[in-house]
Amino acid sequence: MNRFAELLDRLAYEPGRNNKLRLITAYFREVPDPDRGYALAAITGALSFKHAKPGLIRDLIAERTDPVLFGLSYDYVGDLSETVALMWPKAVPLAGHNNPPPPTLVEVVTTLRTLGKTELPKQLSRWLDELDETGRWALLKLVTGAMRIGVSARLAKTAAAALGDKDPHDIELMWPGLSPPYLDLFAWLEGRADKPVNRDPAPFRPVMLAHAIEDADFKNLDAADFIAEWKWDGIRVQAVSGRDARGNMQARLYSRTGEDITNSFPDLVPSLHLPGAIDGELLVLRDGRVQTFNVLQQRLNRKVVSPKLMKDFPIHLRAYDLLGDDENDLRELPFVERRTHLEAFVKKLGDPRIDLSPTIPFDSWEALTAARADPASAGAGEDADAVEGVMLKRRDAPYLPGRPKGQWWKWKRDPHLIDAVLMYAQRGHGKRSSFYSDYTFGVWTNGEDGEQLVPVGKAYFGFTDEELLQIDRFVRRNTTEKFGPVRHVVHEPDQGLVLEVAFEGLQRSPRHKSGVAMRFPRINRLRWDKPPREADRLETLERMLTSVTGN
Amino acid sequence: MRGSSPRMTAKHRGKSAYMRHMRPQDILLPTAAGLCCKPGGFHIDPVRPVERAVITHGHSDHARPGHGAVLATQETLDMMRLRYGDNFAGSTQAISYGEEIRLGDVKVKFHPAGHVLGSAQIAVSCKDTCIVASGDYKDARDPTCAPFELVPCDVFITEATFGLPVFRHGDAAEEVKKLLASARLFPERAHLVGAYSLGKAQRVIALLREAGYDAPIYLHGAMEKITYYYQSRGINLGELRPVRGEKKGDLAGTITLAPPSATSDIWTRRFPDPVTAFASGWMRVRARARQGGVELPLAISDHADWDGLTSTIAATGAGEIWVTHGQEDALVHWCKTKGLAAQPLDLVGYGDEDEGEAAVAPGEAEA
Repeated sequence: MNRFAELLDRLAYEPGRNNKLRLITAYFREVPDPDRGYALAAITGALSFKHAKPGLIRDLIAERTDPVLFGLSYDYVGDLSETVALMWPKAVPLAGHNNPPPPTLVEVVTTLRTLGKTELPKQLSRWLDELDETGRWALLKLVTGAMRIGVSARLAKTAAAALGDKDPHDIELMWPGLSPPYLDLFAWLEGRADKPVNRDPAPFRPVMLAHAIEDADFKNLDAADFIAEWKWDGIRVQAVSGRDARGNMQARLYSRTGEDITNSFPDLVPSLHLPGAIDGELLVLRDGRVQTFNVLQQRLNRKVVSPKLMKDFPIHLRAYDLLGDDENDLRELPFVERRTHLEAFVKKLGDPRIDLSPTIPFDSWEALTAARADPASAGAGEDADAVEGVMLKRRDAPYLPGRPKGQWWKWKRDPHLIDAVLMYAQRGHGKRSSFYSDYTFGVWTNGEDGEQLVPVGKAYFGFTDEELLQIDRFVRRNTTEKFGPVRHVVHEPDQGLVLEVAFEGLQRSPRHKSGVAMRFPRINRLRWDKPPREADRLETLERMLTSVTGN
Repeated sequence: MRGSSPRMTAKHRGKSAYMRHMRPQDILLPTAAGLCCKPGGFHIDPVRPVERAVITHGHSDHARPGHGAVLATQETLDMMRLRYGDNFAGSTQAISYGEEIRLGDVKVKFHPAGHVLGSAQIAVSCKDTCIVASGDYKDARDPTCAPFELVPCDVFITEATFGLPVFRHGDAAEEVKKLLASARLFPERAHLVGAYSLGKAQRVIALLREAGYDAPIYLHGAMEKITYYYQSRGINLGELRPVRGEKKGDLAGTITLAPPSATSDIWTRRFPDPVTAFASGWMRVRARARQGGVELPLAISDHADWDGLTSTIAATGAGEIWVTHGQEDALVHWCKTKGLAAQPLDLVGYGDEDEGEAAVAPGEAEA
């Protein structure tokens, strides 16, 4: 348990992805089975203990500490698990006994699985007596299931893959068939056994991704080699169905990283009634019209999916590839052949919730450029608002995991641009902790005090390293006030820095003073040449709001 | 709770009362300038210039320049001279641990406080009453200073920097092991350890040496003077190098000590992908560590933790406890539950020395 606690402790502070990976991989290398397997399960969220509730922990500490001291401590620390871990009184050793060793992770996990609700308080307090502060903290995080250490399941699997120099996609592929403590997985990673076979009836397949196309790429590409489709502004998913050993149909919906998100979309499951694996886009459709991403967002990251939510935000799958048809793996086939299979499959499904993503007819790059500029009249019709560009797929491309060169291209619509004025700057994290790299920017509006800037968004990327240095220098030299980590940067009509901000979408937002919120804002260009008075106005954004969202 | 505790006010100072019966508050009394000993004619750790100052240790919130006469240990006087220059006081007098001198109507004796090199508790005795002003202290082991000495007394004046039961510092040697494990795991990165320049930095270096780390340790410019002073007092810190002028690539895999404020400064750009560590008792609380952007918190403190404070209070045998800077409320509450008379002393101007950025003298920040 102590080594696991040490890992969680370190991860909770480490901001960098690669460094997190290093820490987790080092843990897997040092710690034997089955402890490391349970650690992997804990981090990927594969463990849950239903009886351990915060109330129980509060009761345990109340029995042992002065309520005034606990109250003052909790106010200071602000987190229940941490307060309890820190102030848990030292155990008085039993006479004639040495201190019992702290529990191992395996002991904790296996005991908790079988322990009844009534025995839990006693067992927990025994462990809390045996562990040190970090151990207690980790134990309480583990049992209450609130890890919050900034490590995704995907990252933990990537760290495991690094142990055996394997492709993380392979682990994703076999993951649904594995269970804690993953002895077969680690045996394979360490070269002691064959690759575990996934007996899951509805496994995830690593997805194929596209490169962003640049203007210069077109001259080397022949339009005749490609099929084009709309790029939908939804969520990329893989919908897989298959029969289990008893012959029952199992359906699962995966995110592009292989996360099982079936439970968030129970309304789609009955539609997946034929064995196969569809690659497609999750959308919300109302009266046959695709809604914008902003609408779809209401369905994301929901723990509880109410009937009302399903009714108000009807979910839809728009299919653009078929990876498996019943028992047949289609991934080796050229795209044009998979497309034929897909068309037949969707037709056979005959379900209103699943349709085919149409192709865009074109015979030259000029024709496609025109279609991309005006999707509404090029076939997307009323769904044009949900189109964020076009996808180009080589007719002969097999379905390859990762981002293979030259097979698939994405050609996004040009982003929206505005000129805004830098108002506040904040220090970044990790590598950027010595730089002012988070920027709040605003546009002009006629407010109570006449012409004034109103903040419309925050951006912390889009600039080059060289530009970051320049902005950082500007911030340091033009700070008018400091509020903790935030610097108030000069922003007068004739003094200040204009940032060209690119963004993908715009949404009304009562939470923002300006009334609008941007999607995916980033710094596109620094406009040293432009005086702040010439930056854009809020009215410009409001006009975009009506034209962008359309409704 | 505070409202109900008795305040020491000017009315206790009546001369007749002082002649007839000696109450503790007749011997030491909090004033705006600091703790004042009227019968002895001096202040302890005054925050404003006074005629005669008795100083517990060299941290800048306790040892300030501009007093008429200063009585302190040789080390404390030396540190004040290093920080403030030769003319930091009108006159100085050095006193050793265990040495007793008479000042006016009282006797003053210095005892090791275990806080930093030269730190002292000051026992003030008048007639039958003994008050110990402990300044800042810790009862944990520290290879860079004399260990804390328990002084039995009637009134014990304690700090309360870490006066909450969530503060239990653990073994500093274990924290240093964490630092070394990280340095092994990330050999291509530099490790930057934020540590207060007086005491903490030298203790971390000494602990690294005890743990077997024998590579050169690098110093931020603001660390150099005090650290070399520690060496001149015979404390073995191994090979030290100024980080100034080193090439970025050469700092991979090294450990550098810097004032806390420098670890999020432009100064850090000279290091390859630095891991930011911070050695402080505050690091026990995660939110506190995260606020400061610390990646590797090391709970190493100059101050007694909750267990240290409470066990020391109990062991002095004092029936009355005065609690100064920090989390007074919780410690006063604890004393009362143990049947001890306790009250907070309203002294302003003290805190963890580098809670602000006091450790970084002007001009040194970019060094």
